[in-house]
Amino acid sequence: MPSIAKPVARHPSLERNSLGLTIRDYEGSMSTLCAGCGHDSITAAIVRTLWEISMPPHRLVKMSGIGCSSKTPAYFVYGAHGFNSAHGRMPTITTGAIAANRELTYIGVSGDGDSLSIGIGHMCHAIRRNVKMVYLIENNGVYGLTKGQFSASADVGSKSKRGEANRMLPIDPVMLGLSIGATFVARSFSGDKEQLVPILKAAFAHRGMALVDVISPCVTFNDHSGSTKSYLYTRKHEARATETDFVPPATEILASISTNGVTSVTMHDGSVVRFRSLPAGYDPTDRQKVMSYLQERQSSGEIVTGLLFADETVADLHEANNTCDAPLNDLPYEKLCPGAETLNWLQDEFR
Amino acid sequence: MRESTHSGVNDFAVKLANVNGTGSASANGLLMQAIFRMGIPVSGKNLFPSNIQGLPTWYEIRVNGAGYTARALDYDLMVAMNAQTYARDIKEVRSGGHVLYDSSWPLDKSLYREDVEFLPVPFARMCNERFREPRERTLMKNIAYAGTLVAILDIDMPIVEELLTERFAGKVALRESNRQALRIGYDYAKEHFSCPLPFHLRRMDANHDKILIDGNTATALGCVYAGATVAAWYPITPATSVMDAFKEFCEKYRRDPQTGRNNYLIIQAEDELAAIGMVIGASWNGARAFTSTAGPGVSLMNELLGLAYYSEIPAVLIDVQRVGPSTGMPTRTQQGDILECAYASHGDTKHILLIPANPAECFDFAVKSFDLAERFQTPVMMLSDLDIGMNDWVVPRLQWDDAYRPDRGRVLSEEDLKDLPKFYRYANGDENHVAARTVPGVHPNGAYVTRGSGHNKFGEYTETPSEYQEVVDRLEAKHKAAANFVPAPIVASSGAQWGVITIGGCDAAVREAVDLLHERGIVLDYMRIRGFPFAEAVETFMRDHELCFVVEQNRDAQLHSLLVLETGIPKDRLRPVLVYGGFPLSARKVIEGILTHSEIDERTGRLMPVVRDLEETTCPR
Ligand SMILES: Cc1ncc(C[n+]2csc(CCOP(=O)(O)OP(=O)(O)O)c2C)c(N)n1
Ligand code: SF4
Ligand SMILES: [Mg+2]
Repeated sequence: MPSIAKPVARHPSLERNSLGLTIRDYEGSMSTLCAGCGHDSITAAIVRTLWEISMPPHRLVKMSGIGCSSKTPAYFVYGAHGFNSAHGRMPTITTGAIAANRELTYIGVSGDGDSLSIGIGHMCHAIRRNVKMVYLIENNGVYGLTKGQFSASADVGSKSKRGEANRMLPIDPVMLGLSIGATFVARSFSGDKEQLVPILKAAFAHRGMALVDVISPCVTFNDHSGSTKSYLYTRKHEARATETDFVPPATEILASISTNGVTSVTMHDGSVVRFRSLPAGYDPTDRQKVMSYLQERQSSGEIVTGLLFADETVADLHEANNTCDAPLNDLPYEKLCPGAETLNWLQDEFR
Repeated sequence: MRESTHSGVNDFAVKLANVNGTGSASANGLLMQAIFRMGIPVSGKNLFPSNIQGLPTWYEIRVNGAGYTARALDYDLMVAMNAQTYARDIKEVRSGGHVLYDSSWPLDKSLYREDVEFLPVPFARMCNERFREPRERTLMKNIAYAGTLVAILDIDMPIVEELLTERFAGKVALRESNRQALRIGYDYAKEHFSCPLPFHLRRMDANHDKILIDGNTATALGCVYAGATVAAWYPITPATSVMDAFKEFCEKYRRDPQTGRNNYLIIQAEDELAAIGMVIGASWNGARAFTSTAGPGVSLMNELLGLAYYSEIPAVLIDVQRVGPSTGMPTRTQQGDILECAYASHGDTKHILLIPANPAECFDFAVKSFDLAERFQTPVMMLSDLDIGMNDWVVPRLQWDDAYRPDRGRVLSEEDLKDLPKFYRYANGDENHVAARTVPGVHPNGAYVTRGSGHNKFGEYTETPSEYQEVVDRLEAKHKAAANFVPAPIVASSGAQWGVITIGGCDAAVREAVDLLHERGIVLDYMRIRGFPFAEAVETFMRDHELCFVVEQNRDAQLHSLLVLETGIPKDRLRPVLVYGGFPLSARKVIEGILTHSEIDERTGRLMPVVRDLEETTCPR
């Protein structure tokens, strides 16, 4: 049941963050996913990230749709409100929640079925609105919860557990996001916490929507030899575009780190994200170049990972709509009601 | 019957036949407003096509000093400005009526009728002589026929001039050409016809405390006054003007004067699935939020309405009904969404409906929708329709009580949560079976996972039958409890044996029909239902009458079905009267409908049912 996990004396050895909380305080209920499911590793990365950035648990809001992936918000941060909503509709409900209260921090956890089929329209429009949230896709190429049908992210030639091959071209959330103006795009691998944690930190610091696609093998239905979303295949074909360094606000940038091939982007909250480009000349702030690079590498069978693109100059939903700073759910009624006198004279217009 | 004998001072109907997209709406609006300002009860019905330009469109004005302003079907005057529809328009005028037409071109001989008087005015020719630009010529032709009507109906010219001055404040040239056009039509009529016609207007004082407003504008105003801060929608006729008006009011009254920032957020969603999702997200997060849509949108919203119902999240949905099924007739009116809204979504679901009859109730019920949605933590749908929403109605000035405070329902504050050992989302229902909710971010003790999947009263996931049932049984009890909170039915009873039950925008026509039948010695009691779940008074009225006619605008007798399903009344105690072709209801159709179900006993003069099975179904009164 919900209750904030307070710093507990039982774990005196556990390290505490600036709120005095241990990493245990960022956990949720026991996962009911299959042992070895990629989604559980992502949950662990989320827990670590939130602990490291000292997120006050009750100021976090966890949103999801329906799917194995969408169950995971129950498995992290007990002390946060969550909403396990309807299949594909997470972006709409999150957009509404953010409309009502811009002060909280939002993470939406989705699957490739949830976001690339039934909810693809909603995802695209949430991207276009630059809704300020971390939008995480736990991408396994199948519908886990309904027992292994191909999803829209299954690669051509990828084989189902029963041996059928997929013939349709996949929808790649990264390319899709880039093509419709996503302002933060990353791809990672559930098995790579070292890469995922700094990406997630940067994602939480982003001004608008941070789209994070994480390859997350489904051990039950899609981790066999014909699958391109298996542990083995992903490890073999991964090509890193960047390495990310997250520097929290007001932290001196260490001079010892070489600035060779490094792009620094100052995030909305004052933190700095430093990308080290692995292939020479990779520029994570140039949308066109990023898209052509990704296309080129992907056509030769590589899965490009890293924080791939970021643009901190684009207004989020609220900024674009000139909404007041105070959360809309907290404005005093006196501010909202024009009153009887106004109603009386405004009706002269209707005479 | 008054319907066929009207036509006198302050008692007549005019139909104006136009081509859409030519600017006739502005001329017709001007006439309506002028009559309104003369203090005379009036209504205007816009019968327009789903098209932007070039198709036939009609506007009907009914004037009635006694206040009967439902649609009338006998036209004393046809303003025939569309040659495409001359044939049918001229046929529609009552015998002894008048046809005003543009005589710039000769009227086909076959169209002449012996029993009506033709009033030829060469509008096009005169406007072409006076105005140069083609667009101006077309626009001004409309103002010119308005001028003719001013003369033949004795509309107060100073009022019309005053209206032009107001409309074109700061646009002197435009005002002048309008004035000239008005004069063209006016002078021609004065010179060629004996003005006024036998039926015409005379100033009254029926409107000094009234306004002329459409239901969508009044609804939007209600949403502003209710304190709604988040709105999400997808464009659809006839609901679009709700959001247009909401935006306009917000820009005026919700922009912080100091900072220039908006104390509201309106999102044009990608579809109705998203619009209702946004409303649910915002309401879950503690804002007052709403969407406006029509039937096709409600169909899409079904999925998430079930989520909001089951996870107990407030949501306000304004459904401005139009003709279905499917795309149907988008610019025509119907009451076809009653059942769909009452039971929207799969599984056992039941919703709260508020059903206004006119723009004044749209304002009040919009506010009430938010209060009930938050009090009962559930979707509330307000069922308006195209006739109410898009036509201008004369209604009493809207009233506001500054003592009003939103009923936010049971929401735990930081203070409440601080010392709460454990929060259980769906436990401890109050006398209305509503459990307390929490809003994200307020206090760590309030956190929980909201879900549309099976849950027990603690808010935990469950697949256990008893735990599941405990929650849905409470939801049913909660819905029942709302019967005492929705607006009570309006009842006019004189102890008659039979009654008429109706709903929404049928009100005016049904009341007129009841009065007309009364003149013929047929007495019927009246009840208008304004909310669902049904208040006890609804069943009482039905039990108190041997037989009730249920008048509504849909094919399938949806209100009738809902009454049978949700009360203990036997089906054959209710007789459906159904008018569903898409135009606003008229008293004549109601009377026809009632009379086909009954016959008059020669001996007693009493109304008798055609189907003589009453004995078996008579309940104690
Ligand atoms: C409207 C609707 N249609 C179908 C389903 C059945 N359904 C549940 S989860 C799911 C697919 C989930 O796939 P994905 O989002 O990739 O999540 P995964 O289980 O793979 O993590 C489907 C089709 C549903 N819940 N709702
Ligand atoms: S079915 Fe696949 S996705 Fe679902 S929990 Fe099991 S491994 Fe994970
Ligand atoms: Mg999947």
